[in-house]
Formats: sequence, C-alpha cells, structure tokens
Amino acid sequence: MTLAELLISTLKIVGLISVVLPLIAYSVVAERRISAAIQDRVGPNRVGPFGLLQPLADGVKFLLKEDFTPSYVNKVYFWMAPALAMIPSFVVFAVIPFGSMLFGEKMVVADLNVGILFTFAIVSLSVYGIVLAGYASNSKYPFLGGIRSSAQMISYEIAMGMSVIPLFMLTSDPVFFSQGLSESWNQFLMGTSDLNLSRIIAYQSGSFFDWLIFKQPLAFIIFLAAAFAETNRLPFDLPESETELVAGYHTEYSSMKFALFFLGEYAAMIAASSLMVVLFLGGWSLPLWGLDQPADNVFLGLLHIIIFFSKVSLFMVFFIWIRWTLPRFRYDQLMNLGWKRFLPLSLANIIVTAIWLWFKS
Amino acid sequence: MHLLVVWNPLARNTVTNAMFLVVTMLSISGLFILLQAFFMASVQVIVYAGAVMVLFLFVIMLLDLKVEHKRRLRLGSIFVGGILTLASVATFIQVLFGKDAPEEAAGDVVYVGSTSTLGKLLFTQFLLPFEVISVLLLAAMLGVILLSKKELK
Repeated sequence: MTLAELLISTLKIVGLISVVLPLIAYSVVAERRISAAIQDRVGPNRVGPFGLLQPLADGVKFLLKEDFTPSYVNKVYFWMAPALAMIPSFVVFAVIPFGSMLFGEKMVVADLNVGILFTFAIVSLSVYGIVLAGYASNSKYPFLGGIRSSAQMISYEIAMGMSVIPLFMLTSDPVFFSQGLSESWNQFLMGTSDLNLSRIIAYQSGSFFDWLIFKQPLAFIIFLAAAFAETNRLPFDLPESETELVAGYHTEYSSMKFALFFLGEYAAMIAASSLMVVLFLGGWSLPLWGLDQPADNVFLGLLHIIIFFSKVSLFMVFFIWIRWTLPRFRYDQLMNLGWKRFLPLSLANIIVTAIWLWFKS
Repeated sequence: MHLLVVWNPLARNTVTNAMFLVVTMLSISGLFILLQAFFMASVQVIVYAGAVMVLFLFVIMLLDLKVEHKRRLRLGSIFVGGILTLASVATFIQVLFGKDAPEEAAGDVVYVGSTSTLGKLLFTQFLLPFEVISVLLLAAMLGVILLSKKELK
C-alpha cells in the first residue's frame, strides 16, 4: 500500500465518521422529538432553535457526570465492555458503499469481495460488549440481560444470514452482468465478484421494481425483524427491558460509559439501516434523472452520498416509529418467532428462489 | 498468537479463558487473510468467534464455575506445557528462518480463496466428503435433541 492510498483511505474514514457521528447524535434528538409527537408531548425544544443543539448539551452532561465504578465489578471487563459495544457498529461501515465516485475514488472504505460476509462477521462480534457488560457488573439484573442478549443475538443472526441468501442467488446472474449493464457500470464493477456489495447495487439500479424489496419482500421482512433483534430495539429489547431488569446490561454504568452503550445502540441501528438500504433499496442509486449510473462529476457524486444518507434516515425514522408503537415481546415469543417462524420461512424462501431460477434458465 | 495460547490456562477466570480463545480465533482469521482466503477468514469469525464462543460464554455464565477459581496451578503441568510450547515455537522458527525455508511463491498462484471457487470445488470434486460431514453434523444434532428431551418421555 502506497502512501497516497493510505492517505485516501484515511480521508474516507475521517469523512465517513464525521457524517455518521452527527447522524447518531441527531437520531437521539429525533427519537426524543418523535416519541414526544407520538405521545402528544412537546419534547426537548429549549436548547437552540427547535432543540437542535440538544446533542451538545447531552454530550457535555455525560462527560461531566461522575463516572462511578461500583466496588464489586470486574474492572477489566467493566472498562472494556462499552468500547466493545461501540466498535463493531463502526467497523461495519468499512464495507458499505455510501456513494458512487468522488474525485475518481470509489466511495467505500474497503471494497471487499466478501462484503456481506464481513458485515455478518463483525455484527456477530457485537454481542460481546453486552455479554461482558452483564458479566462484569457482577449483579443480578445486568447478568440476566447479558444472558438474554447472547441467546437472542445468536438466534436472530441465523435468520438474518439465511434471509439474504436469496438476494445473492438473484444477483449472481452472469447474463445480467455481462450484457445488462452500461459501460460506466462495467468499469465501476471491474475486479469485483459475486458477494461484493457494489454489485448488488448495480443489480438494483435499473428501475424501482428492480429493488430487491419488491423482488424479495419476504427476505426483507425477515431481515428487518432480525435487525430489530440484533440492535436490541423494541419490540425485541429484552436484554434491557426496563420493566423487568431495571436497565438490563447497563444498569451499573454511569456517565460516559453509559453514553457509549447508548451511542453504540444508535450506531448499530445506522449500520443496520445502511445495510438494508444497500441490500433492498438500491443503495446510493435512484432510477430517476440519470442517477442510476456511477457519478462522473463531483456534483453527482455528492448527490449520491446525500441520497444514500436520506434513505438511511428514512429507516432510522421507521426504527423510532416502531419503538413507540409496538409493545415488547415475551422471551418465549421472541425465541419462537426466531426459530420456528423466521428460520423455516427463510429456508423455504431460498428453495423457492432456487426453483424459480432453475425454471427461468 | 502463541503468547495468547500460553497465557490462556494461566488465567484463573473462566470467562477470561473464553475471551482469550476468542482473540485466538480472530488471529487465526487474520492468518487466513494473509493467505488471501477472505471467505475462510469471514466464516472463521462468523462461526467460531461469533457463534460458538458466544455459546461457550453463555454456558460458562449459566454454570457459574467457582471451582476453577480455587484450583491451584500444578508445577508439573506447567513444566510439560512449557516444554511443548517451546518445542512448537522452535519448529516454527526453524521452518521460517531455517535452511529449508520455503521460497517466495511464484507469480501465478491459483487463487482458491474466492467464494465461488470454493463453492464449485465443494460441489464437484469434494462432494462426497462434504456430504459425509453434513450427515455427521446432522447425527450430532439429532443426538443433542434426543439427550435434551430425555426427561419428557
């Protein structure tokens, strides 16, 4: 790797994080404002115009509060857990194509040919932060939260992984990639193979009905529900269910360590939303006004990035909306849904897709 | 990586042991990346670090093993383990820096790490072993179900 490549990668990482961090901060504000609207309250509107400076105030408050470490905790894991909860959500962004081209560079930090597998690998590591937090706290409620989350996340990971297989069965269509694409796409995709995330965007770029949300609605529903379970959001927030476990795995945490768990949850939501945008909603492409091709100038390049993050924001609003609409599942219902409904359904989806592809060929 | 494996049994806390094993798994996937086998690297993390070790942690936390904390280190086992580790380190050093060190691989290496190559090989050349392993796993799964259902008879 030359110095120039290193510099470009660094710039991409810094740029991406400087977009994602404010997005996290403002999803917290959005959560509070939307929940207030749903419950017919006003919500935080005092700091700055329309309460838009609220994240700043929150951040200062978290940093200045006393960072209390109970005497009975396992210190090493107690300090490690918040970081482990936060890091995987950020690492996932490494393979997500958040735009087409800008200044002749592909807008993805690491254009891996095993992109989707990489995301699943990293997502599967995110459970450690919660489990270790539960273990290190050395008290009953966090412990129960940790145990719950380890079982829940493993269960839904399987359904999640199975649900995306039909997508890649569709997009590994050699005829489409040898004839159906324009010159600029072919140039853009040079050197990629079947599991690359840019390819799945290319497959969806033709029209709205090429979006995989319409071609694989079942896969989308399963993936969406599994994403809720993986990010511990209501209706599947059993690891921290306030009514039974005080606050679950982060009961013993205070100050910035608690804030890290909090931010980690939102970062995971944004990562899951980006993944869904890439897999089901055509990523940065939009089949209107020539936006379905990789950009050849700066204006279009920036527009693609804006389109991507607008789609992500739509999903974030959906996440928040669901949280304040549905009640929490019981634990056995959660497990039944994961193992007895989603897993067989996604397996059936794979077989049906395979039969359909076989008939078509 | 060796350091991780050696340090692992010296930690008295079972969760620490499990976490060391996780880090070891991650380093193994790092080795796969160095070999350009990205598919294997990802699967290593998904299956071992992400699923198997989480189950290990789950069981360890459920059982709450206090006995392990009290057990003292035995000098004899440390001695034997140390000699074995030193021997394997020595072998590695000999292979890497000795006279018979492998030459740098020639330019046109067959690239087998890609997902589609691996899939094709599994379903053509290695179909029989692949199926045999699947049957073995199925048998293990049925065994587990049978064992855990015993009380319901």
